[in-house]
Amino acid sequence: MRTALFMSLAVLGASGGELSVSHAMKQLGELHHFSPRSLINFLARALRVKWFWTGIALLALGFFSLLALLSWADVSFVIPATAMGYVTGALGARFLLGERLTPLRWAGIVLVSAGVALVSLS
Amino acid sequence: MASARTLQWKTYSLLAPIVFFAASGNVLLGKGMKQVGGLREWSPAALLALFARAFSSGWIWLGIGSLLLFLVMFMVVLSWADYSFVMPVSAASYALVPLMSRFFLDEKVSLLRWTGVALISVGVALVSRTQATGGERS
Repeated sequence: MRTALFMSLAVLGASGGELSVSHAMKQLGELHHFSPRSLINFLARALRVKWFWTGIALLALGFFSLLALLSWADVSFVIPATAMGYVTGALGARFLLGERLTPLRWAGIVLVSAGVALVSLS
Repeated sequence: MASARTLQWKTYSLLAPIVFFAASGNVLLGKGMKQVGGLREWSPAALLALFARAFSSGWIWLGIGSLLLFLVMFMVVLSWADYSFVMPVSAASYALVPLMSRFFLDEKVSLLRWTGVALISVGVALVSRTQATGGERS
């Protein structure tokens, strides 16, 4: 039960964090010039977006939940299970961000998720 | 307004270093932590001592630098590309880690992990055939 709770926090924290950061970056708009000055300007603007900080907070929650989880659960179970994050991330992109996911993209995401789980099995 | 084709190439030219820095960051941290040594008990004092040892390792700092570069480029690419495109494609770093561990850390890689590398590669190939910017509805 405790394991399930922390696993959910780890996966949803990481996905939710990246989704929030993605949403924040979309609010900034496409970066066109890659000079150091415009890059610094871009990062400075990012720090003023609420969703960016929401994202960082969620990523931190996910990271520390994972760390806590690893203190009692088996690494060879925990890390492959976090590959679920690719599917929750895709669901979030579809239903929270409203991105259009083609069947081809869904197929790729499922394969990537399975592949990451296998790679991290030790 | 750049054409879809230009945007696709702009996305790839950032995703390549993103994949590389994510993988090298993890391999460098792995190399650093192997030198630093594992955690024997999960007490706050032991954890603190571990962090202190970790931050005195050059490999750890190189790893952190790599991951910071990764984060900045990840943010930049998401300023135009779909998250559902960037996320699976950047998973190519997970395929790169066994390759780097094999040749840089000289670790043995099991058949199971090579199967995972193959699945990731096919998955990334499929996703990269889709348009990087479907557009977030807002």
